[in-house]
Formats: sequence, C-alpha cells, structure tokens
Amino acid sequence: MKRSTLLGWVILAFGATYFILPLLATFEFSLRMLRGQYSFEAYSVVFGDAQFRATFLYSATLALVTIVLGALLVVPTAYLVRLRLPHLRGLVEFVTLLPLVVPAIVIVFGYLRLYNSSSWLPLTGSDAATNALLAFGYVTLALPYMYRTVDTGMRAIDVKTLTEAAESLGAGWPTIMLKVILPNVRSAVLAGAFLTFAIVIGEFTFASLLNRPAFGPYLQLMGANRAYEPSALAIIAFLVTWACMGLIQIFGRKRGAITVP
Amino acid sequence: MSVVAQDVVVTRGRLSLGSLLSPAMLGILPFFVFALLFLILPTCILMVGAFQDQAGNFTLDNLAKLLDQPQLLASYWISIKVSLASAIGGALFGFLIAYAIVQGGLPPWVRPSVLTFSGVASNFAGVPLAFAFLATFGRVGLVTVLLRDWFGVNIYSHDIGFNLLSFTGLTLTYLYFQIPLMVLIIVPALEGLKREWREASQILGGTNFHYWRYVALPVLWPSILGATLLLFANSFGAVATAYALTGSSLNIVTIQLYAQIRGDVLHDPNLGFALAFGMILITCLSNGAYIWLRGRSERWLR
Repeated sequence: MKRSTLLGWVILAFGATYFILPLLATFEFSLRMLRGQYSFEAYSVVFGDAQFRATFLYSATLALVTIVLGALLVVPTAYLVRLRLPHLRGLVEFVTLLPLVVPAIVIVFGYLRLYNSSSWLPLTGSDAATNALLAFGYVTLALPYMYRTVDTGMRAIDVKTLTEAAESLGAGWPTIMLKVILPNVRSAVLAGAFLTFAIVIGEFTFASLLNRPAFGPYLQLMGANRAYEPSALAIIAFLVTWACMGLIQIFGRKRGAITVP
Repeated sequence: MSVVAQDVVVTRGRLSLGSLLSPAMLGILPFFVFALLFLILPTCILMVGAFQDQAGNFTLDNLAKLLDQPQLLASYWISIKVSLASAIGGALFGFLIAYAIVQGGLPPWVRPSVLTFSGVASNFAGVPLAFAFLATFGRVGLVTVLLRDWFGVNIYSHDIGFNLLSFTGLTLTYLYFQIPLMVLIIVPALEGLKREWREASQILGGTNFHYWRYVALPVLWPSILGATLLLFANSFGAVATAYALTGSSLNIVTIQLYAQIRGDVLHDPNLGFALAFGMILITCLSNGAYIWLRGRSERWLR
C-alpha cells in the first residue's frame, strides 16, 4: 500500500467516525423509550401525534408552494439574463447571493418591522397573509441554491439556438418558456426543488418568529419537553434530507447538481 | 432614429427609458421587485432604524448604547469565536477529506459516496442536528456513557469540564455541517490542479513538499481562505441549532436577537436594529473578502 493511500484511508476513517457516530447514537437513543428493551415505541408515538402530521403537512405544502414560486421567479430571470441581458448578470448574481450574506434572522426581523399589522402592507395581519409572507421568505432563502442550479442547467443547453429555432417556427414566448426551455432545464429545476424542500422542511427561525405552525418550531417544542421523541424526529428529518439528496442524484444529470455558491 | 439611439444605449450597457421598457427588462422586473420587497427593503429598514431614535430622528445613540452593554458585546464575541473556530476547523478537516477523496488513491466508489453524504450533512443543520448531538455528547449521550463505562472517563467531570452547551460543544456541533460544506466547495478547486504542474515540479527535482509549498498551496489559498470566510458567515447567522441545544441560555448574538424580537427584552426596539446592523456589518465584511478572493482564485482554476 502506498503511503498516500494509507493517509487517505486514515483521514476517511477519522471523518466517517465523526459523521456516523452521532447518527448511530441518535438512532440508539430513539430505540430506548421502553425501559430495558429496544423498540420503535418513540417512532409510533411520533407518527401517532396529530401535531406531527399537521405540522409536517403544513411545512411540506409550504415547501411545494416555495418551489413553484421560486421556479416561476428564477427560470425566466436566468433565461433572460443569459439570452438578452448579459450586462445584468453580475447584478442578478449578487442579489441571489445576498441571502447568504444577510442572516435569516435579520431578514425576518426586517419583515416584522416592514409588514407589521399597522404598516402600509400588513402582511402579518391575517393567517393567510402571514402564510404568504412565510412562503416569500422561503423563496428568498432558497434563491441562492435555486438560481445556481438553474443557471448551471442553462449553461449546458444552447439557449440562443433553441430560442431562435422556436421563434422561426412561430412560437410565442409562453410557448418557448413552457415547451422549450423548461423541459430542457427540468433536471436542474428538480435538483433545486429538492434542495429547497430539504431547507424548508425543518426551517425554524422564520416559522417561529412569524408564529406559524410549521415543522421546525414543532421540533423545537418537542426537544424542550420530551426525552426520546426528539431523537426519533432527528432520524426522520435526516432520512427526509437523505431522500431529497438521493432524488437530486437521480434527477440531476450533471455532476455537481448539488452546488454551493 | 429612435431605434439607432436604443442600439447605442444597449451596446454601451447603459440604462435609458427605451432599454428599461424592452420586453426583456419587463420579463426580469418581477425578480427585482421581489428582491426589493423581501430581501433588500427589509434589510435596509433595519440599517436605517439602527441610526434612528424611537421618534424617527437620526442619531448615533443606538450604536453607542450597544457598545455600552457588556452582555451584548460579549454575545458578539462568543458568536465570532464559535464561528471562527468552526470555520477554521471545518476548513481544515474539510480540506483533508477533500484531498483524501480527490488525490488519496482511494477506490472509485468513495468519491461519489462522500460527496453525496456531504450534500446531506451540509443540509442537516438546525433543530434535528441539536437533537443528534444531545443523544451523542449530552449527559446521557451514547459517547458520554461509553467513555464512562468502558474507559472510566467522565467528560462532564470537573477535570475535563466538557459541556455541550458551551463554546466547545457548539463548535463541535457546528462542525457537522461546516466540514461537508467545505468538502463541497473545495473539491472542484482541488480537481482544478492540473497534473502537469505536479509533473513539472517533479521533473525539476521538486519533492512532494516543494510541490505543495510552491505550486499547489499558492494556487489554492484564495479558494481555501474564501471558503473559510463563507463558513464563518454560515455559522455566524445560525440560530436554530444553538437555540434547540441550549434554549436561550447560551449568549450568542443570534439568540440575543431572537430573544429581542420575541419578547422585546431590551425594551428598546432600536437597540435591536443596532444589534442586527452589527451582524450585517460582520457578515458583509467576511463575504466581501470572499468575493474578492474568489475573483483571485478564478485566474488559475477554471
């Protein structure tokens, strides 16, 4: 065995221990609910909890809304920047990276200040409006990931030729967007969608400060009051994240579909 | 005539009424309106609020008051320490893992497996991560118990003084999403190292040390440092993990701000704006440096 190979294995083993141990420990802890034996009791308690189902459903719905809104916002923008407005490229990229610069808690603080019930646009006035505000907030959080994946996807196809071909066949721009561009960047949009789902499903700060009955605040509440259920929930959350990333691997044709800016 | 004028404007890349009303600009308008409403205005209103008193007059009092509160300054300091430690630790270990999977001579299945897992782990932040670490290094966590039963080492004892709800514990926890993030960022940079460079170095009689000292690290350092800054901002803005771990007992700045928003504990909303302003200032500095460094690294690694 070469020296560098051995070094590689040592580093890998060290890393694997750090990353796998907490997962094993969490799983082991989640099985300990019944005294003196291993069982899936904590899981059945969690799945039997109506609040678990309600909050998970709420967050999943919100994630889907976020994905649709995000795609509607990002796909035409990335397309137009690539095709017609290359001089705005730097500006658009800068804006999409801002949510990584400004912490989420600062953004939601700004929302509460800007859209409180006595302001010019009282988005926190009713439940429906607050739900909408939360979805907009999640679109903002997902913007860096969504834009990067879609833009990478567009780089792989020849947007200009596709557009010219469609135009010469008499297609209007809705047809071009829906029938030509979108199917071609579908895998990129899906990759962005699953990443968005993984981010939104356990998000805590926005949902908690906007007082929404989402999965993140529910997790926090359980953690503060229960012993074994939190570990079961952590395992469930990990599996959901894992499923999202697995789906990205399946749908993302290109290597590097999971991109970080 | 107007067509010619518009062309001139577009080729110069300047904005005029003509170019602003072009169909392409109208198509991109929703994006800018959205960003303005839900990203830029909310941030700006806090920045302005940091310099206003409750009646709306401009003042520097809030920042002065912020500097006067030892507890708030301490919270910034702890946040900066945790973020620095987890960023540097994450960068170091992340780089080693990336190096192992790119150049470590490991079997081909290792690389995609590690990258996929990194994608999962870098998104496994927030409340569930806190639960996982409580089950591992908490007072009755698996590792704590095993160390006690097998080796007779109580990490919570007075001598060792480990506490998950402390600087060390929080850093250890944050590394769980920082290391994989570093792996994802730095693997492309490591792949950008051309094999010819190493060969050239060897032909000229250079050792492995020479190659790293004079070729690889000089090319990589902007990427490494830039990624470290990104990691810093990443943990500086984190709130959910720390809140779920410690409730509000740990004095980091995001938790201070959270408590301020929740319950107005400072009895002065404008002080909250000053708190937020300080956070934006710090993340802006680190990200500005990141963007500058990224520009430098792109000269070599394409």
